[in-house]
Amino acid sequence: MTKPVIRAVQRTDIAPGVAFGFRALAIGLALCTGGVFILLLGHNPFAVYGSMLRGSLGTEIALTETIKMTIPLLVTSLGVTLAFRMRFWNIGAEGQICIGAIAATYFALFHADWPGWVLFPVMMTAAFVAAGLWGAIPAVCKARFGTNETLFTLMMNYLALYIIQFLREGPWKDPAGFNYPKIARFAQSAQMKGVLGIHWGWIVALVLLVLVYLYMRRSKQGYEIDVVGQSENTARYAGMNVSKIIVRTMVFSAGICGLAGMIQAAGANRTLTESVAGGVGFTAITVAWLSQLNPLAILPVSFLFAMLQRGSGFIESIFGISNAAAAVLQGVLLFFMLGCEFFVRFRLTVRKEGVSVHA
Amino acid sequence: MQPTTPIIAGQPLAIDLRGLTKTFGKVIANQDISLTLREGEILSLLGENGSGKTTLMNMLSGIYRPDSGAIFIHGQRRDIRSPIDAFKLGIGMIHQHFKLVDVLTVAENIVLGTPAEKGMSRAAITRKIADLSLRYGLMVDPNRKIYELSVSEKQTVEIMKVLYRNARILILDEPTAVLTPQEIDRLFQILRRMREQGNAIILITHKLHEVMEVSDRITVLRKGLVVDTVERANITSDALVEMMVGAAVDLSLKRPEPEPDAPVLLKVENLCVRGAEGELKLNDVSFDIRAGELLGVAGVAGSGQKELCEKLAGLLPAKSGCVKVIDIDNNMNEVDITHAHPRKIIGQRVSMSFIPEDRLGMGLVPSMSIADNMLLKTYHHEPGPLVRRKPAREQAEKLIERLSIATPSALTPVRRLSGGNVQKVLIGRELLSKPKVLITAYPVRGLDIHSSYAIYKMINKQKKNGAAVLFIGEDLDVLLGMCDRVMVLCGGKVMDIVDARTATKHQLGALMAGSIISDSKKGEALA
Repeated sequence: MTKPVIRAVQRTDIAPGVAFGFRALAIGLALCTGGVFILLLGHNPFAVYGSMLRGSLGTEIALTETIKMTIPLLVTSLGVTLAFRMRFWNIGAEGQICIGAIAATYFALFHADWPGWVLFPVMMTAAFVAAGLWGAIPAVCKARFGTNETLFTLMMNYLALYIIQFLREGPWKDPAGFNYPKIARFAQSAQMKGVLGIHWGWIVALVLLVLVYLYMRRSKQGYEIDVVGQSENTARYAGMNVSKIIVRTMVFSAGICGLAGMIQAAGANRTLTESVAGGVGFTAITVAWLSQLNPLAILPVSFLFAMLQRGSGFIESIFGISNAAAAVLQGVLLFFMLGCEFFVRFRLTVRKEGVSVHA
Repeated sequence: MQPTTPIIAGQPLAIDLRGLTKTFGKVIANQDISLTLREGEILSLLGENGSGKTTLMNMLSGIYRPDSGAIFIHGQRRDIRSPIDAFKLGIGMIHQHFKLVDVLTVAENIVLGTPAEKGMSRAAITRKIADLSLRYGLMVDPNRKIYELSVSEKQTVEIMKVLYRNARILILDEPTAVLTPQEIDRLFQILRRMREQGNAIILITHKLHEVMEVSDRITVLRKGLVVDTVERANITSDALVEMMVGAAVDLSLKRPEPEPDAPVLLKVENLCVRGAEGELKLNDVSFDIRAGELLGVAGVAGSGQKELCEKLAGLLPAKSGCVKVIDIDNNMNEVDITHAHPRKIIGQRVSMSFIPEDRLGMGLVPSMSIADNMLLKTYHHEPGPLVRRKPAREQAEKLIERLSIATPSALTPVRRLSGGNVQKVLIGRELLSKPKVLITAYPVRGLDIHSSYAIYKMINKQKKNGAAVLFIGEDLDVLLGMCDRVMVLCGGKVMDIVDARTATKHQLGALMAGSIISDSKKGEALA
């Protein structure tokens, strides 16, 4: 009677192995599709992929740079994950990174004479508190007036960015900069030193990873975040103070993003620039979702992202592949990785006359 | 089967379904279903929740398409691809949840979505509607706005909508769920009128006495299969239940007698609660419940039941009045909980548990395991900042065994469980704290007969243990069969509190519709 139709059926259960297989297949397909694209550009896909690997992992310098790129991505992803688990769409990580960086920069510029064991904890605390308070603004408005946090946090990004511009042009303008608008390089004492060849931001990142994992999985507050995220009604029914939980979680979420800003300013850039966040706040959203809001998965996923970005930068210079084409390759990979989640969650069923076949 | 009654037997077939199958993933919702419906006949589709009634009707109305099988309408094979196809074939479905635009008038709602007819003026439309009303005995003023109508009037508008579209085949999905007994009588009159006019009607329901009252034939579904199709005249209620459930079921309700001089445990005085728009949702509500007493609450949906429960549980603020619990172990000390925080109400000496109507939206966290759901009310008692999951898991395992909850393990997310098992988890958790006052809202909604009776048993056990129980119900037979007293709410007011041993269903129905009966104990209700 009816023609065959393909329809999606939600899976009730999927074995972890099968899910892993799907994801591996997705990466494989993405590489093939990207390969075709590279061929069309007139290059050898194997050579291009090879140099992407070499450019991100091949040498000690390459590896160091990739890890440096991983650090802010990892920290920021941890931050937004906290909010996302509560179904609070914090799109403002970019701005929160900026605010954290600004707060840390204040101490780096004007109190560089403090001993390191005072200065760095103060910089970290300042970054966390400032960004946390910044993040509390949309949270309080959401809890009080029911405002939309997506728009609110998104727009606050621009505010934060313009504050950096203002500081650069005005109060914090480098006096030794020949009137060129920039903020001075941090004094040696305010720069994060290298440990095993990379500034010690990586230690902070790993400690945060463990802390966030324990907080989410083991603590009462982590349990509350999950309940509020699932249903505010259930949370109220259990006697939880939903507004308080929303604000508290958002302070932590934004505060952690602020720490990423401090690490970027004092560790990677050694000064404060407008590009301190540089899109990390948005990439972190993708990383958090690809990791399915699981802190342990965030480590490898953010490393993969850093590899992808380093690698594309590398082939740009080696093969003269344009920036835009490298971005297309990244997009293809992302498309397949995100797309395969659909097949992990749903199964396609082909309907035919009288019989149904599961594909 | 027995030969059908002569009047109908000669009528042509309006619907002929042959071997319809529909699956959702691994779940077979309908398997090889065949049934017929004649013109001028009322066919009841009887089955428990989840037996596949609604899926079957959704295939007829174009919402789902069958995996296999054939649909014949008026003798011709048809492929119903969308609700528009169904509408063109003259099939009209009246859903459980009304699909009306509140701010438009009755007439506007009726014509909404119908193809524009040339030269059809407002007056002409009103005339056509008036004709329909007269023919079928439908009584609603076409110029009134939907939001001014009662639930039963809204349903009438839904019926007018499909008749206006010249539907000859009507499908009604659980039409009586929201009606009072008097309104049900009126609906059945309308259905009989439509049958006389030669319409074919399918009534989806799980209420036996309605089936016995109005239908010509009955098709019983169980687990997606047709058990049998029988003539109403040749069957008894008991036999139908057996077909529906698959085994003989004792449908008698028990009513353990409370101690005659038991102390009052919960006292509500002149309680007023406002809704979101500032309107009074509870208006001067007063009642009390004694230890070991079951107080039922009847009322049309939205009469203030939800607000009453949520107020008692501390989720809503009171405008005025008070709620008190009495500590019988401590000198009959009255504790005012009118403005208490939910956690205080849960945790005090005279503890109260609330089993909300929305199990997965309020009572439980669907994506969390049974064990994690156990933590919901207790996690904050634990010392330190960490959650202790091991005791919760042990508790969950005990509960699973004691209430025979069907689940792969204590770590299974609650949303994977069937409705009856979800409710067992919820009630089981709430009873762990040994509440002195128990509030239950529609505790058997959506459950099959076995689960429902298991829940009734649990409630009666609480009663025997000396708890004061408030039972918000919708099935008046159950309320009258199980409760000690029944309080009737209408528009947020207590119409009356009647003795469940002597009251009748029609008496409750009149109260639900807002008329006060003089011969009952009025003084108590209006105190």
